[in-house]
Amino acid sequence: MPETKYAKPLPQMEGLAGEFYGHCKNGELRFQRCKCCGAFRHIPREICPECNAFDWEWAKSSGSGTVYTWTVVERALHPAFASDTPYAAVVVEMAEGVRLLSQVVDCPPDKLRIGMPVQLELRAMTPEVTLPFFRRLIDNQ
Amino acid sequence: MLKDQACIVGIGETPFCRKPGSGMSEMTLQLKAATAATADAGLKGSQIDGILPFPALGRAEAFAGALGCENLRFSATLHLGGAAPVAALRAAAMAVVSGTASHVLIPGGWNGYSGARARAAVQDMNSLPGAAIARDFYVPFGMTAPPQWYALMARRHMHDYGTTHEQFGAVAIAMRKHAQLNPAALMCGKPLTMAEYLASPMIADPYRLNDCCLETDGAAAFVVTTVARARDLGKQPIYLMGVGVGQPYPADEITNRRDFHRTGLTSAAPEAFRMAGIAPADVDFAQIYDCFTFEVIQQIEEAGFCKRGEGGAFVEHGGIELGGRLPVNTHGGLLSQAHVLGLSHVVEAVRQLRGECGARQVQNAEIGVVTGWGDFGDGAIAILRR
Ligand SMILES: [Zn+2]
Repeated sequence: MPETKYAKPLPQMEGLAGEFYGHCKNGELRFQRCKCCGAFRHIPREICPECNAFDWEWAKSSGSGTVYTWTVVERALHPAFASDTPYAAVVVEMAEGVRLLSQVVDCPPDKLRIGMPVQLELRAMTPEVTLPFFRRLIDNQ
Repeated sequence: MLKDQACIVGIGETPFCRKPGSGMSEMTLQLKAATAATADAGLKGSQIDGILPFPALGRAEAFAGALGCENLRFSATLHLGGAAPVAALRAAAMAVVSGTASHVLIPGGWNGYSGARARAAVQDMNSLPGAAIARDFYVPFGMTAPPQWYALMARRHMHDYGTTHEQFGAVAIAMRKHAQLNPAALMCGKPLTMAEYLASPMIADPYRLNDCCLETDGAAAFVVTTVARARDLGKQPIYLMGVGVGQPYPADEITNRRDFHRTGLTSAAPEAFRMAGIAPADVDFAQIYDCFTFEVIQQIEEAGFCKRGEGGAFVEHGGIELGGRLPVNTHGGLLSQAHVLGLSHVVEAVRQLRGECGARQVQNAEIGVVTGWGDFGDGAIAILRR
């Protein structure tokens, strides 16, 4: 396929991180949920830090969350992101309670607010890797 | 209980530089500092029997081989990033007090400006506890380096407590003022005003260029031994009164912390002050790991010099300048002296307690604090006295 090569660093599709991004590729954001105590967790880990149970499932996320904190990168510190600046990186607090580092797309930097509702937008970066981004739920600022 | 049982007996530093670079290998630089520290202590290299190198900056065996340490009995590297030197001070004290080693050397230094490391540092995450997490969950979103990660913490603090850009600026200006009194500081002769601070370009909001530490070639080192041995050596011993090391939870991941503002110091500082039997108000100065301005405010809070949320007000109006309520980084710190990985904060504390600081001397300095901050918020703190 005659495509522009994607030059930015991507997650390694192995282990639990590979499973997480595998679900993204299938069009779903899923977080681990403990089958013993029901606690959601992110970043993926082998066992539940709340109860140490080994049994868990990949539970589908609502995709809804709010901005917990943010930064706007104006000078990239990795050459692959230089042409993207300024870009808004955020920590999203999901309805499930876990937090996820991502970017809010199509949001002017001066509109970023802590507490701002955002909704998942999965974007295929390469045929193999889809990343979870977020978009402002409503332009309510 | 380590109170008053171990001493820092020798300190050493190289000159600091940016352009054109040190012209030396990182090991040569560190050996310059190490031999200066052993000479300051009145020790021969061969008397060192414990070595605690900084993460990824050389093996203990290489230092021992070069220094002639024929009886190396104790070596370790504490994987706590910029908190490693103070954490190594605790490990050294444990070693000498237990008799595991007699004289422990803690070296560190790099070509942080001229070396390949400086340019590759943002891509080199292997020393991070959460290296794979950063690779898979932060970096793909353009969050590739510490100022970006820590900016998330600073922004949330601003939201929760009303901390301001001008308060960050007060930290940068205080460090810069102190550097004017320190001929060895790279920013000596280059004062900074609030207007200049606020005009400096944004790197990762809320961090501007002037919120960020220098990149420097240079090295520093110190030597630890027991109180009994210290009395037989040449220099005034500086006593370790209290020490603590801690980590946030989880330490390998920044975003999912139940208490987002908890750092390693949150648990380490109360432990250190309990051990020392003093309160933060009893401290005459603090050398606080200042990778970025907000981290100074946050560590002042978590170390207990003020309540959480009050750090911004604490640093304003000269509060952390010489003559203020708590002089911080009298050498100029990572922001305005040089970035020597936190080693030079220990060296400066010892100099203050010996009364060797000249124009930047804190009058009658009896008790000083040194902190380290590393990786995703690891913390270490030492309380020293003369
Ligand atoms: Zn559980």
